[in-house]
Formats: sequence, C-alpha cells, structure tokens
Amino acid sequence: MKCIIVDDEATARAIMEELCGNLPDFEVVAQFPNALEALKYLNQNEIDVIFLDIHMPLLTGIDFIRTLKNPPKVVFTTSDKEFAIEAFEYDFIVDYLIKPITHHRFQKTIGKLKSAFAPALAGTGDRAHTLEGRKEEDLYINIDRRLIKLKLGDILLIEAKGDYIEIKTVQTTHRVHSTLKKIKEKLPESLFMQIHRSYIINFTKIIDIQDNSVLIERNVIPISRSQRPNLMQRLNLL
Amino acid sequence: MAEIPNLDYIKEISGGNEEFEKKFLSIIQVEFPKEKEDYCNLLEGGQLEESAKVVHKIKHKFGILGLNNAYKIAIKYEEDLKIGSTALKEDFESVLDTVQEFIVKME
Repeated sequence: MKCIIVDDEATARAIMEELCGNLPDFEVVAQFPNALEALKYLNQNEIDVIFLDIHMPLLTGIDFIRTLKNPPKVVFTTSDKEFAIEAFEYDFIVDYLIKPITHHRFQKTIGKLKSAFAPALAGTGDRAHTLEGRKEEDLYINIDRRLIKLKLGDILLIEAKGDYIEIKTVQTTHRVHSTLKKIKEKLPESLFMQIHRSYIINFTKIIDIQDNSVLIERNVIPISRSQRPNLMQRLNLL
Repeated sequence: MAEIPNLDYIKEISGGNEEFEKKFLSIIQVEFPKEKEDYCNLLEGGQLEESAKVVHKIKHKFGILGLNNAYKIAIKYEEDLKIGSTALKEDFESVLDTVQEFIVKME
C-alpha cells in the first residue's frame, strides 16, 4: 500500500515513517508538513492511505479531507480526542490514533487497513485491483432488464428473501434475484458487514445497538451470536 | 519528584534500530528549541491562542519522552491558554527547561 504522511511536526513524521517502515506491505512514498502540499501531490498521484494530523497550520486535517473528491483511506494521527466523533462520519476514515502512537496500537490500525482493502485484495490478489476497488462507489443492479445504479453509501441494509435479496436504500427498496453471498463480494468491508445469515448492513448507518439487534433507520436487524463479537470489535467504543 | 525524560518510547518504536534513534534525536534537537522559542515569543507578545497551538505540538514531545505528568499539564495548559489563562505557565516552562537540558546532553 502506498502511503503518505501529513504532519507539521517533523518528529511525528519520523515516528510514523519508522512505524510504517517495519511493515512489508506499506511504502511511505511522500511526507508533507502541511495539507496544501499534500493536496497538490494528490492531484497528480494516486495513493492508498494518508496518515493525517489534524492540528496543522494553513489547513487542518479535517478541512483537508473535506476537499478530497475521491479520498483514499485516511488514518488520523492527533494529540487529542476532540474530533474523533466527527472523523468517523466519513466512510474512508479507518482509524483515529492518539499520539504518541504505540507499536501495539499501530498494529491494530494496520489490521483495520488490511480489512478495509480485503475485498479488493481477495478478488485478484494484486495491488492494481486494490486501487480500483477503492474507486467503486456505485453498484449496478439488474431489475427488469434495466441496470440501475445505486450509490453504495445510500444502501442501508440488504436482506435475504429466498431466491431474492432486498436492497434497502434511504429512498426505496429494490428486490433483486441474487444471494447475500454474491452481493457481499461486491461490497467494501469498510462499509458493510454481515451481522446475521439473512442480513448485511451498512455499518455507518447504525443508529443504535441494543442487546442482539441494531437499529438502522426504522429497521430493527437481528445480530447473530457468532457475528456479535465481530460487530463489537468494529465499534469505536468509549 | 520531577520526571526525567527518557527514550523508552523511541526504543520501543525503533525495535533497536540505532539509525532511527539517531535520526529522531537529530530532528528533535532542531525542532524542540524552535518550538520553545516560538512559544516564548508568542506568549511574550500576548498571543495566547497562537501559543496554545505550539503547546499542542510540544505536548506530543513530552509524551514521546515519557513525561506523562508533564503531558497532562500541557493538555490543561493548552486549554487554559485558549481561554486566556496562564496559570500553569511556570509548571509548563519548568518542563521545557528539563527537556532542553536533556536534548543538549544527547548531542
């Protein structure tokens, strides 16, 4: 994975470079002391991950990500927790690291990044496909010989119904002749998770979780006993 | 008892990579004095909010150097400065001097 580091502190950049340097799959291709320089670089280069500080002069990390049209995965690296909730409003934010970053905590981040890229990696095993996978923001479904485009971010959940699946979006519900297994392969793990044999949910749409169910819009979705630990692991629990 | 800066964190990160440890020291030896100077100038000029931004950066270095209590003081001081209070000035600046001494010794 190609990474860049954006941080106005040289010591912080050096530490992050060292942490990444010990990983076989990670390559730090550039470092920037401010977000404006990073922005220029991103206009001409494609990368997979940004390790991004928040408090920086000229442009904060939060303002920076708001400017990105096709953002790569982002890991925030900061000295305080005040933006943690806002940060996770964005689907492409994988983790939020508090400095000084320990080796142990960084390993967890790497695990999360690998999971986020896992669907694309599983497809072909090559890096080029990973890059393409990140760009997929839409899913085309075949209904009455028409290919209808759905924005992945608009999907709330998918329910298996016999030989069909029902894809519920914010606006409507589509009934498609397919299986959960098939559609799961097309969905990024960073957004979607199967929490029951009959349900895949958009992880970012969860309103609350109670006992063995999650609430998404007005839908109460059961969580299977086997999937509950996986779900809990992905939550940013206080 | 006053905390003593150490390189335990850096050694943990580096996994014994001496080259990185040297690189880190050479960076902090340049960066820290500059930040200290910026902080002092801004505070002297009454620019408390701007000095809070520098304290924000310095507090990370306290954490890196294992100064856990100093790190907590810096967190509070940064917030205080944002609302115009310099109550923790002496405590914070005493740690700055300790770090400065430590860095000079490492040269």
